[in-house]
Amino acid sequence: MLAQFLQFLFSGVTVGATYALAALGFTLIYNASNVINFAQGEFIMLGGMLTVFFMQLGLPMPAAVVLAIVVPAFVGVLVEKLAIEPAKGAETVTLIIITIGCSLIIRGLVQVWLGKGTHAVAPFSGSEPIAVLGATLLPQSLWVLGVTGVVVAALWYFFSRTLAGKAILATSFNPVAAQLVGINTSWVLFISFALSAALGALGGILVAPITLTSYDVGIMLGLKGFVAAVVGGLGSGLGAVVGGLMVGIVEAMAAGYISSAYKDAVPFVLILAILFFMPRGLFGAKVTDRV
Amino acid sequence: MMNFRSPYLGLWLLVAVLAVLPFALPNAFYMDLAIRMAINAVIVLGLNLLIGFAGQISLGHAGFLGIGAYSSAVLTTHFNWHPAFAMAAGAAACAVLAALVARPIFKLKGHYLAMATLGLGIILTIVITNEGAWTGGPDGMPVPPFALFGFELYGEKHWYWVVAAVLAISVWASLNLIDSPFGRALRALHGSEVASQVVGVDVVRYKVAIFVLSAVFASLMGSVTAHYVGFVTPGVAGFFHSIELVTMVVIGGMASVYGSVLGAVLLTALPQALATFEGWETVAFGTILVFTMIFMPKGLVPTLAAKLGRKD
Amino acid sequence: MALLEVNKLSKAFGGVKAVQNVSFSIDAGIVYSVIGPNGAGKTTLFNLITGVYTPSEGEIRLDGKEIAGAGPHTLARLGVARTFQNLQVCMNMTALENVMVGAHLRLDRNLIKAALRFPALRRRDGELRDEAAALMHFVGLDKYVAARADAMPYGALKRLEIARALAAKPRLLFLDEPAAGLNPKETIEVDHLVRKVADSGVTVVLVEHDMKMVMNLSDRILVLDYGKKLTEGSAAEVRRNPDVIAAYLGAHA
Repeated sequence: MLAQFLQFLFSGVTVGATYALAALGFTLIYNASNVINFAQGEFIMLGGMLTVFFMQLGLPMPAAVVLAIVVPAFVGVLVEKLAIEPAKGAETVTLIIITIGCSLIIRGLVQVWLGKGTHAVAPFSGSEPIAVLGATLLPQSLWVLGVTGVVVAALWYFFSRTLAGKAILATSFNPVAAQLVGINTSWVLFISFALSAALGALGGILVAPITLTSYDVGIMLGLKGFVAAVVGGLGSGLGAVVGGLMVGIVEAMAAGYISSAYKDAVPFVLILAILFFMPRGLFGAKVTDRV
Repeated sequence: MMNFRSPYLGLWLLVAVLAVLPFALPNAFYMDLAIRMAINAVIVLGLNLLIGFAGQISLGHAGFLGIGAYSSAVLTTHFNWHPAFAMAAGAAACAVLAALVARPIFKLKGHYLAMATLGLGIILTIVITNEGAWTGGPDGMPVPPFALFGFELYGEKHWYWVVAAVLAISVWASLNLIDSPFGRALRALHGSEVASQVVGVDVVRYKVAIFVLSAVFASLMGSVTAHYVGFVTPGVAGFFHSIELVTMVVIGGMASVYGSVLGAVLLTALPQALATFEGWETVAFGTILVFTMIFMPKGLVPTLAAKLGRKD
Repeated sequence: MALLEVNKLSKAFGGVKAVQNVSFSIDAGIVYSVIGPNGAGKTTLFNLITGVYTPSEGEIRLDGKEIAGAGPHTLARLGVARTFQNLQVCMNMTALENVMVGAHLRLDRNLIKAALRFPALRRRDGELRDEAAALMHFVGLDKYVAARADAMPYGALKRLEIARALAAKPRLLFLDEPAAGLNPKETIEVDHLVRKVADSGVTVVLVEHDMKMVMNLSDRILVLDYGKKLTEGSAAEVRRNPDVIAAYLGAHA
């Protein structure tokens, strides 16, 4: 009983960490620009696919991983500069369509360039499962959790202890005021898109050895990351992490105990339930409009 | 602007085009394309009332299309229902589901409706895919033809006239609706929610009403599509299809009745046009989306109308 | 019995008490003004009474009937209308349509009848169009009858909001800084307009910074400072009150 539960928990937490990274990406961009970036999932896909590509070129894994983070970050900046910034001040629907358009372009290019095949990435350090109380844990899961933990800690430090991080937070609360005190808000947008693309890509790289990767994995992963962000209240960093883990765990439990066929539906059932009973997500703040 | 007859001029033009079109089209392939354009146009008209006029986003509208299509398919095939009843049952199911989901969601602001509708669409697709015993799973299932009063609708010729009539009536009804107390309340809550509230508009009720209406439109046209094509697959309810529908609204022009028709026509034709770009369809589709939104954020018809208006 | 009675009304946002323990009553048919320095809680008070905010504590009675906590659309039904300090004009509609929306509750709002173009509904809409045009004329916006709202200057939009509020045929009209941002000539025009509205029998509640206009128009004045009621009285009484002078000159401790 316990062993089975632990097994589901391990797989839930592992995939949940990826959702958490994607959710952080959504949150960062949402806070900086009020845009829901539907291209977020494509950065996850780019992370995995580019790792495969660079390793096929013969690069050692660490180099491939670094490139597979840097390139998506660059793509993220391109998306911001070429598509989001020119449409500044547009309606929400318009911005959503633009990010969806970007996601189609990225996915389409990867499909043309690297093909429709499914690829495996070798685990970072062996594939010998570790036994824990009757359940088994893949070494790659430890990588996923460890790296995610380090990244979350680093982000926390960045946003609460450095001037640059505080500038970004300030911009999210009040862009006009931030500009008045001399914060370069266009720089903030730049950093937010680069950072969230890098976070997405990192998640994609970490989870690729477990789930395989192909040009179209971004849609589902991205949408689940969005669910995680909304579960966390959309805009809260801590909420995004908790939301990600929660979505991952609930999904794994439902797949294990109820029906694996409906695994992908679980996060969406969860979000509908939360919107019904806890309308502001788990960590959302109350807001009052000024009129 | 003050000439209140002018919005209906386009309707007469549309009716004229619809009447002449079948005689001008060279073969069944184009007839088929025209029918699919018209079906999409009706769905997009409903969706535009929600998105363009009321300012609410649905990213799962294809889900309602799927409910209509599969209600028609499953109820007629497995339960021997009359197609008309099956169609009505699908529409009723959509109305109930839309109202149930929308009521709590519309009390929230921002992106939550987008999230909820997106989730709903995905859940429906997964249900359709998984319940293979009823739906044929990922492979889809055949749908018997539609018959009413002993007359069976069959082939492009029949369906064309049905769909063309439905489109003309829908355009007429939409034009009527937006220029009525109901329609003005809808546009007002988009323009300023608080202003519409203080003049007495119960905004939640109006949003729910228009969401239900557009869901019912989608469901009915889903049933029509199912009977016309004679086959349904889960893709009809899929996320990508929902995005296509929203794109038709936005490209044609938000809050524009004729924009809905134009958007549907263009985006239904686009995949045919892009087929020559072997493999690059997705990229081309995405690029068109991004460029239109950056350079014509209001969409084609409002942008062109503004250009023409300035010349006068 | 007074038309509107407000009893010990309070509103807190987090720890900030924007309105504290404010009580007053307004008789039908008068012009009642609320003044006070910036941040005194005037707009919050308006938002509480018109149902945009929910009070933290206290009672609001309209014709003796408790209305605290009722939503704006419920209050509209009871004859309450308002304008906004930050313009709330529907820029996606024409000027005339904005005014027509004001008459929302007086119309048949049925969806089916609208979609099928029922003749009765169309006829009523035609009448309303004339009525709305007449209202635009009344507020001095004749030349914008055919305009789109987003093509109108600021001063005209302020008056468009008044026309929209009047289209509801309210008993109680709240005007939130109708002269803010207007030039002296426009301010005088709005002054005359408010007088005309009051003379037509509508009870007017006014928030305004232009003291000349307030003193000129008001039958009674409520002075707020830091969310609290400082004093209440006729224009002459308020003008003489040392606390009011202190609050406005900033000598207030």
